[in-house]
Amino acid sequence: MTSDPKLESCALKPADIARRVAAELPGGAVVNLGIGIPTLVGNYVEAGRGVMFMAENGIIGAGPRPEPGEEDKDYINASREPITTLPGASVFGHADAFAMIRGGHIDIAVMGALQVSARGDLANWTVPGVGKGGIGGAMDLAAGAREVYAIMAHTMKDGGLKLLEECSYPLTAKRVVTKLFTDIAFIEITPDGPVLREVAEGLTTEDVQAVSEPRLITNGPPGVLSREEAP
Amino acid sequence: MTSDKVYPSSKAAIADIPDGATILLGGFGGAGIPENLLVAMADHPARELTVVTNHAGFGERGLAVLLRQGKVRKIICSYAFHRSAFVFRELYLEGKIELEQLPQGTMAERIRAAGAGISAFYTPTGVGTQAAEGKETRTINGRDVVLEHPLPGDVAVIKAHRADRMGNLTYRGTAANFNPVMATAAPLTIVEVEEIVAPGVIAPESVHTPSIYVQRVVRGEDLDLRSET
Repeated sequence: MTSDPKLESCALKPADIARRVAAELPGGAVVNLGIGIPTLVGNYVEAGRGVMFMAENGIIGAGPRPEPGEEDKDYINASREPITTLPGASVFGHADAFAMIRGGHIDIAVMGALQVSARGDLANWTVPGVGKGGIGGAMDLAAGAREVYAIMAHTMKDGGLKLLEECSYPLTAKRVVTKLFTDIAFIEITPDGPVLREVAEGLTTEDVQAVSEPRLITNGPPGVLSREEAP
Repeated sequence: MTSDKVYPSSKAAIADIPDGATILLGGFGGAGIPENLLVAMADHPARELTVVTNHAGFGERGLAVLLRQGKVRKIICSYAFHRSAFVFRELYLEGKIELEQLPQGTMAERIRAAGAGISAFYTPTGVGTQAAEGKETRTINGRDVVLEHPLPGDVAVIKAHRADRMGNLTYRGTAANFNPVMATAAPLTIVEVEEIVAPGVIAPESVHTPSIYVQRVVRGEDLDLRSET
């Protein structure tokens, strides 16, 4: 987050963002979680809601990390971490996994972002320069999932903007992000442009607008994004 | 052609892979990697190889050994610069190896197309990105799509959990990954397995990869190359 002390003191922690994203997932959805903060989202979804997690290396119904010593070399997620399986899980190869993704069978891809544009363009696989990053499944998930929820810090560490009119980094896909969750705001990307839905506790619409390049649409006062009290 | 496809060793199974071969190499994130076959490849003289695989190697072992030996001319993969692929990155920045980086699903589908006799296909994945540069794009049913071509191999080097002696295969957990689709896309498929059983032990309805896709089977040990990084 930026060096602005007010924004910094009000910014959500990764767990707060993950909790907010988890609350947004519709019951029964099939969801792919990307690397980074998205992997935390699974910790905040109650089992009774019927959300199923899919990983592109060939599993639907991935469960939590196994206890130490219980890891199985043949059961991992796309971040290479050991997983368990839940009752009703299934496994399959890459051809099937990506037919599901590309065929529109995955409801929501939750992905980390480097930049998001006003129209929902996503840049998240590399930064300008040589020998950095990797595409992996990002382009398939961004283009193929029915909805893309993007998660990012609202600004760069040096204060540079990341919610932009046009992305300057290499794109992952065009016009795919439907909801953007940052450490200071929840923004819905609509055909009319980005709509500010919620703002971190202690901040105002103007605070978020000041670190966003596109004009944010508001429909009345935004809701409040709350932070967990320190344990 | 014999119906018993079991080879006595990894070394024997890969002995005739020629210079310049395109190898489809199975595995994802440490699961389903044909570790013993890779180790045998390090002692095999074939050079100028093109390797099609998801990651450009992990750590210092496995594929990274072949890279260090200068045997690989080109990597075709979906994820090139993972922090653990430092051997590849070093060679790439020195201009000693070529790279073609593809979306993971496009890679899987191009391999599938090669195995299924599909001449080409259009997909929305990658449109408007570097992955579509230099490729034909058009609009079909209102959606922008890019033309992709099959990606066959000369040899598929893969890992399965179990094989019968005829080459029917089963996979376990998420260790299937690219292995089943790669088995279909090369005229020579060499499979490393953890267990070999007699024909009939794997019930017909439990077979994941039918035997016609498999030419050679070898039993390997768990070398735990995945714990490298």
